[in-house]
Amino acid sequence: MFSQKFGVLRFLSRLFFVLVFGLLAGCFVPALEAQENPYIVAYDHNLEEPGSLEVEYFSTFGTQRGGPDFHGFWSEFEYGATAWWTTEFYLDAQSTFGESTIFTGFRWENRFRPLKTEHFVNPVLYVEFENVNEADKILKEVEGHDVESDYVVPNSIARKEKDREMEFKLILSRNYKGWNFTENTLAVKNLSNKPWEFGYALGASRPLTLKGAAHRCNFCLQHFIAGVEMYGGLGDRYSFGLHNTSHYVAPGLAWNLPSGWTFRIEPTFGLNDQSHQFLLRWGASYEFSGFGETVQNLFKGHRP
Amino acid sequence: MRLRSYSFVCGLLCASLALALRAQNQHESVYAELGKAPAKYQQMQNPLASDPDAPVAGGILFEEHCEGCHGKEAAGGKKAPTLRALEVRSAPPGAIFWILSNGVVRKKMPVWSKLPEPERWQLVSYIQALNGETKASDSGKK
Repeated sequence: MFSQKFGVLRFLSRLFFVLVFGLLAGCFVPALEAQENPYIVAYDHNLEEPGSLEVEYFSTFGTQRGGPDFHGFWSEFEYGATAWWTTEFYLDAQSTFGESTIFTGFRWENRFRPLKTEHFVNPVLYVEFENVNEADKILKEVEGHDVESDYVVPNSIARKEKDREMEFKLILSRNYKGWNFTENTLAVKNLSNKPWEFGYALGASRPLTLKGAAHRCNFCLQHFIAGVEMYGGLGDRYSFGLHNTSHYVAPGLAWNLPSGWTFRIEPTFGLNDQSHQFLLRWGASYEFSGFGETVQNLFKGHRP
Repeated sequence: MRLRSYSFVCGLLCASLALALRAQNQHESVYAELGKAPAKYQQMQNPLASDPDAPVAGGILFEEHCEGCHGKEAAGGKKAPTLRALEVRSAPPGAIFWILSNGVVRKKMPVWSKLPEPERWQLVSYIQALNGETKASDSGKK
C-alpha cells in the first residue's frame, strides 16, 4: 500500500517537474499554431516542424465488461529534430477505478520521412521502443490479439509483467484537396520470446473550411478539423487474421487555436465482441516554436 | 540487467539529441530551390490573384505558421531567410506554391501540404504582396 502511494507520488512529482519545465520554457519561446489532425492512434506523414516542441496530454476513459472502468493517460513530448525526422518521448499512467493509479512506463518513438518531396502517397518510417508493464491501458495502438478481457487483470498483478517491445510502422499518407488520408501498417516484436504481432490504423480528415479567414478568430471553421479513424489487431505470426482481435472506429474533432493550443476529442466505438464497447479519448497540446534553438542558446550562454 | 537497459536507452536518447542539434546547425540558402520547381508549377497562376482578401488572410496565416522562422513580415529570422529577397520577388507564384507544398526537407524547410491548397495560395498572395510593397519602396528610393 505504502509503495503504491509512493509510486503515485513519485509519478506526480515527475509530471510536475516536466510541466513546470515546459511552462518555464514556454516563457522563453514563442508559440506556433499547429495544424494537427484529430487522429489519436493513426499517424499521417506530417512531421513536427524543425526545432519545435509539442507538449501533449492525452486521456482515454474506458468502460469494461467484467471489470472496473479505467482512465489511461499519457504525456507526449514531440520534437522536430529536422524537417524529415521527428522524435517523441511518452510517459504513460492509468487509474483503474476501485483499484489504484499507477505509472505504467515510457515509450520513445522516431518517425523518418525518406522522400524529399510530396508524392501521390508519402511514406514515413516509424520505430518505437516501449518499456511498459501489462497494466498499461492507454490503447495507443491495438495489435495482435489485444482484446477487452486483457484489461480486466487487476493492477497489482498486471504491473509485475514487463513489456519491452520494438514497434515498427509503415505510414502511407496523402493530402489531397484539403483531405488527409492515411494508412498505418504495424508490426510489433516483444523483446522476450514472443511472436511478431500485427495491426493497422486507417484515417481520413478534413478542415471544416479550406480558406483562411481575413480576420483573426479562434472559432473560424478553418481551425476545426474533423475526421474518422479505424484501427485494430491483425493477429500474430502464427495466427494472422481477424480471429480473436479487436477493432474500433472513432470519429474525432481537432481544434487548432492560433495561440498554439490544440484540443482533440474522439468518442471511440468497439466493432466486435472482443473490443471495449466505448472509449472516450481527448487531448490537449501546446506547440513551442524554436524550442531547440532556445535550449542551444541556454547552453551557449546567449540570451534567448 | 535493468541498469544496463536503462543506460542503453539513455545513451540512445543522448545520441539522438546530439544528432538533432547537429542537424540544426546546417545552414544553406533555400532560394535555389525555387528554380527547381517543375515546369508545370512554374507556369501555374495563383487562382486567388484577384481575391482582395487573399493577402490579408495570407498575412494572418504567415504569422501563425511561418513567422517563427522567417521573421516578422518575412524580413528573415535566425532559422530561415527573408522572403523579401530578389529571388523570391522574381519567382513565379507557382514556384512559391511548390516550395510551400513540398518544403525543402533536407534544409529545414518543412512541408506545408497539411495546409489546404487555398490557404497555401493565400500565403503566396501575401508573400507576393509583400514583395510588391518592397518593389514600390525600392522604386520610390530611386
